[in-house]
Parts: sequence; C-alpha cells; structure tokens
Amino acid sequence: MRGTGALGRVVRSGVGRRRVQTLVVALATMMAVASAVVAGSLMVAASAPFDHAFAHQHGAHLSVEFDPDAVSTARLDATRRAGGVTATAGPFPATTIRPVDRNGGHPPALTLVGRSGPEADVDDLDLRSGRWATRPGEIVLSAAFTGPDIELGATLRGSDAADAPTLTIVGIAMSASRTADAWATPEQVTALGSAAGPLTTQMLYRFAAAGTGGDIAAARARLTAAVPAGALLGSQSYLDTKRSADRNAAPTIPFLMAFGALGIAMSVIIVGSVVSGAVGTGLRRIGILKAIGFTPREVVRAYVAQALIPATVGIALGVPLGNLMALPLLADTEQVYGDTSLSVAWWVDVVVPAAVLLIVAVAALVPALRAGRLRTVEAIAIGRAPRTGRGQWAHRAAGRLPLPRAVTYGLASPFAHPVRMVAMLLAVAFGTVAATFAVGLTSSLNAVGRAQDPEDRAAITVIGNIAHGGPGEPGGPRDGEGGTTGPAVDPARVRAAIEAQPGTASYYGLAQTEVTVAGIAGSVRATLYQGDSRSGSYEMISGRWLGGPGEAVVPTRFLDRTGTRIGDTVRVTYQGDTQTLRIVGEAFDTSDDGKRIHADLAGFAAARPDVYLVEPKSGVQPAEYARQLGSVLRPLGGEVLVDSASEAEGLILVLDAMAVLLTLMLVAVAALGVLNSVVLDTRERVHDIGVCKAVGMTPRQTLSLVFASVAGIGLLGGLIGVPAGFALHAYVLPVMGHAAGTNLPPSILDVYSTPELLLLGLAGMVIAVLGAAVPAGWAARARTATALRTE
Amino acid sequence: MTHVIELAGVAKRYDSAGAPALGPLDLGVARGEALAITGPSGSGKSTLLNLVAGLDRPTEGTVTVAGRRIDGLSEHALAHFRREHIGMVFQFFNLLDDLTVEDNIRLPAQLTGTSRRKAAARAGELMEVLGIGRHAGAYPGRLSGGERQRVAVARALVNRPALLLADEPTGALDTASGHDVRELLVNLHRDGQTIVLVTHDLALARACASRTIHLVDGHLSLDTSAEALR
Ligand SMILES: Nc1ncnc2c1ncn2[C@@H]1O[C@H](COP(=O)(O)OP(=O)(O)OP(=O)(O)O)[C@@H](O)[C@H]1O
Ligand SMILES: [Mg+2]
Repeated sequence: MRGTGALGRVVRSGVGRRRVQTLVVALATMMAVASAVVAGSLMVAASAPFDHAFAHQHGAHLSVEFDPDAVSTARLDATRRAGGVTATAGPFPATTIRPVDRNGGHPPALTLVGRSGPEADVDDLDLRSGRWATRPGEIVLSAAFTGPDIELGATLRGSDAADAPTLTIVGIAMSASRTADAWATPEQVTALGSAAGPLTTQMLYRFAAAGTGGDIAAARARLTAAVPAGALLGSQSYLDTKRSADRNAAPTIPFLMAFGALGIAMSVIIVGSVVSGAVGTGLRRIGILKAIGFTPREVVRAYVAQALIPATVGIALGVPLGNLMALPLLADTEQVYGDTSLSVAWWVDVVVPAAVLLIVAVAALVPALRAGRLRTVEAIAIGRAPRTGRGQWAHRAAGRLPLPRAVTYGLASPFAHPVRMVAMLLAVAFGTVAATFAVGLTSSLNAVGRAQDPEDRAAITVIGNIAHGGPGEPGGPRDGEGGTTGPAVDPARVRAAIEAQPGTASYYGLAQTEVTVAGIAGSVRATLYQGDSRSGSYEMISGRWLGGPGEAVVPTRFLDRTGTRIGDTVRVTYQGDTQTLRIVGEAFDTSDDGKRIHADLAGFAAARPDVYLVEPKSGVQPAEYARQLGSVLRPLGGEVLVDSASEAEGLILVLDAMAVLLTLMLVAVAALGVLNSVVLDTRERVHDIGVCKAVGMTPRQTLSLVFASVAGIGLLGGLIGVPAGFALHAYVLPVMGHAAGTNLPPSILDVYSTPELLLLGLAGMVIAVLGAAVPAGWAARARTATALRTE
Repeated sequence: MTHVIELAGVAKRYDSAGAPALGPLDLGVARGEALAITGPSGSGKSTLLNLVAGLDRPTEGTVTVAGRRIDGLSEHALAHFRREHIGMVFQFFNLLDDLTVEDNIRLPAQLTGTSRRKAAARAGELMEVLGIGRHAGAYPGRLSGGERQRVAVARALVNRPALLLADEPTGALDTASGHDVRELLVNLHRDGQTIVLVTHDLALARACASRTIHLVDGHLSLDTSAEALR
C-alpha cells in the first residue's frame, strides 16, 4: 500500500499547520468530555443515592432488637440459619442514652450500639472521620447527628445523672441503614445500658427476598417464630429508611437529570460543529492532494484522522479533568445523601470518551466524505477562481447602510459561507440557550430549596415531647421501634411559657399525625397547626394558605387522587373526630406522594402539638432566647432547639456549583466554536483584507471589519438564544414538576428579571466578540505585502 | 524639478544574514515622469515598489514620497498615506470578488469617508473614461482579464493619487488585452499622471515609460535618464 507514509505526512502537516483549529477541537472535546463526566457521574450518584450507599455497605434489610433476658445466645445464633437469611451481623448490645452536651444542652436521645469495629458482614459502616471507639469513654457518632455543638473531639455526658460517664466523640461514621445513632465498645454499652436504660440485643439481617414490605414482614415472622415469645422487641425495615431518604432527594433529581442531559447534548452539538467546520475547509488542499494522486478514500481517511488526533488528546485530558471536578461535587452530594463512597462510576469514564470519539468521527466523516467526492478540478478552482453568487446580495444590501464602509463590508462577509455562518450562529445561540436555561434553572432550584419544609425556617423549635423527633424532622415519629418514650408535656404549659417570654414575636404549634380521608385508601399524613401558621406557609400554587379552622391546604397529588378542586370539601377523620374541611389552597409540597393534608388543629380533640415554632422579635438573639426558654421548659421535659443549616441547602449548593460549572464550560465551548469559525474566515480573507489594506484600510478599520463580521451573528444568536432558553425553562420545569407529581408555584416558575434577560442577550455578542478577538488582531497586524503574496 | 519619489541609501533585507534583496540604492522620480523598472525575476522589483507604496519598510535609508518621509510611519499613518497618495495595480488584479465592479472602484474613496454619492460620481466618471461603464453592476468574476485590469486601474485612480504604481499590469493578460492596458497607461502618462511600472515586457516599457531602470540582484545596473545625460 503506497499511501500510508504519505498519508501520515499529510495528516501530520494538516494537524501542525492548522494550529488554532487543532487546539479548538482538542479544547472543545476536552471540555465536552469533562462536563459529560461530571454530569454523568452526578446523574448516576443522584439517581439512587440510598440504593448506592445501601448496596455498598451491605445494608441491613432488617434490624431487630431482642430482649437479652428472654433469648439465649444459642437461640440467637440459630436465627442466622432461619429461612431466607443470607447474611447477619451481631449480636450487638444496644441501649438508649439521653446525653447532655458541653453547654448543658440536651441533644435528642441516642440509640447506642456496641460494636468492636465498623466492619461487619451486614451494615459495613463507613468511618467518615476520626477512628473507631476502642476504650470506655469513647463513642463514634452517626454522621446524621453531627451539629454545631456535636463534632469530632467534643464530649458528652452519658446522662443527667451525677455519676454519668463522660463520652468523647472519637469518630464519625455513616450507616446507610441507620441502625444506630452512635456506637461504642460493647463493654461501654453494657455498662451504660444497665445504668441508663434497658439493654437490648441488636441483630442485623439480609434476606434473599427483600424487595417488598411483604417479603420483609414474612422474614420478620420467621425470626419471631425462631425465638421465644416476646423476645423480639422491635424491628426496623430498610424500606422505611429508604423511603425517608428518597423523600429528601426526590424533588431535585429531575433537575439534576436535566442539567446532565443539557450538558451532554450541548457538548455533542458544539463538538460536532467545530469538527465539521475544521474539516470542511481547506478544499483547495484536498484538490492538490488528489491532483498528485491521493485516492478519495485516502483523502477521507486523512481528514477524519486530522480531527481524531486532537479529539483524542482532548478526551485524554478531559477524563481526568472531569474526574477531578466531579470529586468535590460528589463529596458534597455524599454529605447530602449520606452516601459514603461516591466516586465517578467507572463506566462513565468508559462510556463518555467512547461516545465522544464516535461523535467526533461521525462529525468529521460527513465533510470528509464530501471532500473525498469533490472533483479535483473543482477543488483546485475553489481556492483561485473568483467565487460567484454567494453572499454578493448581502454586500449590495449592506453597502447601502449608513455605516462606515469597513463595517458594512464586515457585516456582509459571513454570507459568503452560509454553512459556516449557520454553524457559528448555532454555537452562539446554544451558548446563550445554555446560559439562559442554567440561570433560570439555578434560580428555580434555589426557589425549590426555599420552598421545602417551611416549618424548618423557624428560628426556634420547641419540642414538647423529647421522645419524639430530632431537629431534622420536628415531631415526626422515628421510624422503627426501640425508641424510648418519655412523659408528654402539657401543651398548655409550653404555650404559656412561650407567651411569657418577652422576646416572642409569633409562634404556632404543629402536630404531625396520620388521618384518614374519605376517598383515599390508607392513611394520610396530616400536619395540624395551632395558632397563626402564616410564617410556616408552604409556597402556594393556587388558592391561599390556611386562615383558620374548617379549612385545608393540600398538594397537587392530593387533588389528583381525590378528583377535587379548590373550593371542594373533604371529610377528614382523626381518632374518632370527623370534620368536613374546605380546600382553600394547592400547596407546593412533594412529600409523601401527595398523601398530605394541612389543616387547623382545632376540632381534632385528640391532637396535640408535638412542636412549637417560634419567631423571636427582631433584635433578639435566637441562641439567647432558646437558652432562656429552655431554662423554663427543660424541667418540664421540653426541649428548645435553635435552627441550624438544613440539609437541603447543601444539595442546592451542589446543584448551583454544577450549574455554574456546566454553564461556564458550555459558554467556553461556544466561544471556541466561534473562534474556530472566525479563524477559518480570517485565514481565508487574508488576501482580501490585504487588498483592502493596500488601497488604504487602516488597522483600526480592519479590526472593525472583523468584529462587524461576527457582531451581527452574536446579536442574532443572542436574540434567538434568550427566548429559546426562556421557552425551554418554561417548558421543562412544569414537565419536571409533573414527573414529580406537582404543579409549580410562581416563585419557582417566574424567575427571570428583564435586566437579567437583556444581559443574557448581550452574552451572545460577548461570546462572538471574544471568539473574534484573536483573529481580528492578526488581521490588523498582518503585513500587507505578505498577505498579497498569498495568491 | 521636484521629486515625487526620493530614495536615499535604501536597502531591504528579508533575513539578517545574507545580502540585501534590494539596494542600497538612491533614486529620484520627478513629477509627471513614467518610470519603468525592469530586471530578471527575483531582482527586487516588487520589493522596491512595495517600499514606495508604504506596504513595507526599508531596513536602511529613507523613503520620501509626495514630500513625506514614510519609512518611519505607523501602520495607521501608512494606510492614510496610501489612500491619499498612492494607486496600485497588480498582476493578478486583486479585485474583491464579492463586490460589484462599481463597489470595487468606490471602495478606496469610501474608506477615506467620501460620501457614497461623491464616490459614485467619481467612479462613474472613471468607468466612462476607461470604457467599462456597461459592467458597473457586474462582478469581477464575469469579466475578461483586460476588463478586470481596467477596473483595477479605475480603483487605483479613484482618489486622484499623486502616484500610480503598477506591478506587472500586463503579466496575466493575452497580447490584445495587454495592448489595451498599454494604451491606457500611455494616455494616463500623457495627461500628466506620474507612473512607476514594474515589467518584464520591454515593449511595454519602451511604449509608455519616459525612463527605464534595470535592476540586477537588487542593484541599479542601468538608468536611461543617466544614459541620456551621458
Ligand atoms: N516577504 C519576503 N520574505 C522573504 N524573502 C522575500 C520576501 N519578498 C521577497 N523576497 C525575496 O527578495 C528577493 C526579491 O524579491 P522580489 O519579489 O522583489 O523580486 P521581483 O524582482 O519582483 O521578482 P519577480 O519578477 O519574480 O516578481 C527575492 O529573492 C525574494 O525571494
Ligand atoms: Mg515581482
């Protein structure tokens, strides 16, 4: 085969001589690959965060508490061989402690389990920081419990008792199955258990069949049968843990998906246009190659190779870059989802480069085939013979504009290459769409974040019954059994104490319960409010928030399920009391799959607020307020918590960071696309520009010529891109909302401001001018005599 | 006699090592003169013309054109200088293919800020004189070589330059077209236009030049005006 050596030389010189194009293709592929790796790995990480962590840790399908006095170790051992059990861990001693922190505060009660190390066949814990507890006086805290006052190195007292041991937090660990709030050595737990509370024995099981609640219930029944009656005290199914974990992440997953898809789609389009632009020029060179005896196939191969070489370099750089950028984002995601060992999924690192390489090859093949088919005479003629027809009308039209001649000449020049002009227009328009859409999506996302769990916005949370709930989920009953119960505080006394506080601005009580609603099978989660709950109002999609007794506010899914509309009534029953409530509003509330209702507490005699949410007067320090109120309520058994940053904010930060990153990359790739086109154009126009300079065009006029040749495209790209991005946002958001089963309130939909849109429109121009700056400088500096020689 | 062009000790090197491509040489061209530069390929003819046109700068010496030292001017000032004082005609026409004949001719006038109307009037006048009026709206690609060169000459003259520079203006033309262009230059010279003409064609040089210089390896080897004096 004759061609290989010659072909190699042609490819090498082609790559070497077109340095800018080669660089652009390499950079564009690099950024496309990097953003696709980031987007892809976050999509993977976000798609099933709980499942990931759970699978990674061999999470416990069922965590069971046994009574150690009722079952012997031998009988417990026998449960390992019970039907369907595939793996076990334990027995571990377990107890519940009510610790006291450094400042005398009472964190929520902790389930403390004694394990000699984090490793286990089931629930293989990840030690996030510090080390495992090895001595009495040391505990490892669950990451879910870290807060401002509880961190590595901090100490807790085991209880209020005078002789309670001091416990130092030596490590932070994460359990996907949430089998405990803290761990210590078995000896330590046994010692604490006998003093503070009843000691139980924890066993962790995995089953062959665990897909449904029925599977778990059957497995639990088999375990119950394997031990003496009454020995099995309680159990916790992973399905409940999974449901509450997924609930936290659910509303943001579609957004993440949209970002990932957008990033990948844009990369594909821009890399495609850059590569085809790069290959589509230099037809004269192709003609010469063919004239000296290259076959069409060799020409095609040469041109595909010229694109693939820089693309491969770009991919080789993009994969590590993407992994590097993904790591901090994944680390944040890890914090949010409680997943422990997120890294870029290996197949993302394989699939993305392969896909991009394929795209580049296809994008290069199309113009290369055209080059291969081109007749030699035509190809040679293209460089030399005068062009006819194309773009001349544009020059006639532009020549009439009352603008300096250099500017009108520049304005008309892109029309000589309609395809290249369209490619450049697309690059700018897509860059603008990306920027517009990303800005809108980020704003919407922040609005979603703000709209979640409005009761968490309260500065002060007063817990009436400390046996229930923690700071994350006020008043919510803890999933699973084995928690302790304490004496409920009389709500009237709590109210009186809050009202007696001079710093109180407003407060309302809140009870989370289960009710039944006529027309809905099973129970519906109800939030019942006592007092003026306006400060805890959900974002309203339509209608209004609760104004008093007899009214209800429900999410979109509730309306869909029951076929009701605002103004209709529903019958709600709670522990024997049935009320007919009028639906006054549709709220943005994505929890519990729409089986949710918000109503006034009055009329449900059995309902009592679990928590009170207090806004102190402005100027009153929440911490100080909490201390004062706490000193009144703590003797009664109440607890006062100051709001700390909620978990959702972390997730929003991750998404914001990702949006900014992807937008910057896409805009950069768009600018590279423009740079590529303008470089090609300027190269080709070197001769014409030389002529203009020979007849007296100054460097400044030359600059304005080149800038004018892209400014129109930039402006047009902005004019197309902004409305398109706006429309995309307006279309995608409701779709994502519906996928999550909810309409969206205006605060999430209407996020653009007019100045913002104007600025985004100008962004197209900025992209174009940035891309043109370098070649414009060349054109202005190029030596006229040299330019004229290029004939 | 005032010199439109005055070169003193001018030399041009493209690489610092070897001998200069041109010079060092002294040369004066009087107003109204038609100077032909001849010489073998690579002898520095185009280099000399580019220096006079302000398209390039000399390595040594001074270049004075129309009373102005141009060897030290900035690119910006050179562009202004060219559009006011120089008209250039090239072997391969160097017309802009996407502009009509009329727009090509008007372009230098418009670059100086002349209004469209005035520029159009001047272009029309030139097209009449040069006999290309009926091609005003055509594109250069459609014209014959001779016609294209007339367009190039019209473009060179649109700003009424003190100096018309032509580099092989008949080099790409057949005999008949070449003859046309020769007539044109002879007429221009008769009307008082100062012309510097680079050519291989001795017949052309003889027909339209009042003076001929011959370059060999960048040096003046013959100057007919000097000969006449002798
Ligand atoms: N831009 C340049 N860079 C390097 N060398 C150059 C450049 N321009 C001209 N030369 C060299 O300078 C010498 C004179 O070139 P010039 O173009 O002036 O010759 P010429 O007399 O016009 O030739 P021809 O009759 O072939 O047009 C040549 O040796 C040429 O190679
Ligand atoms: Mg020459």
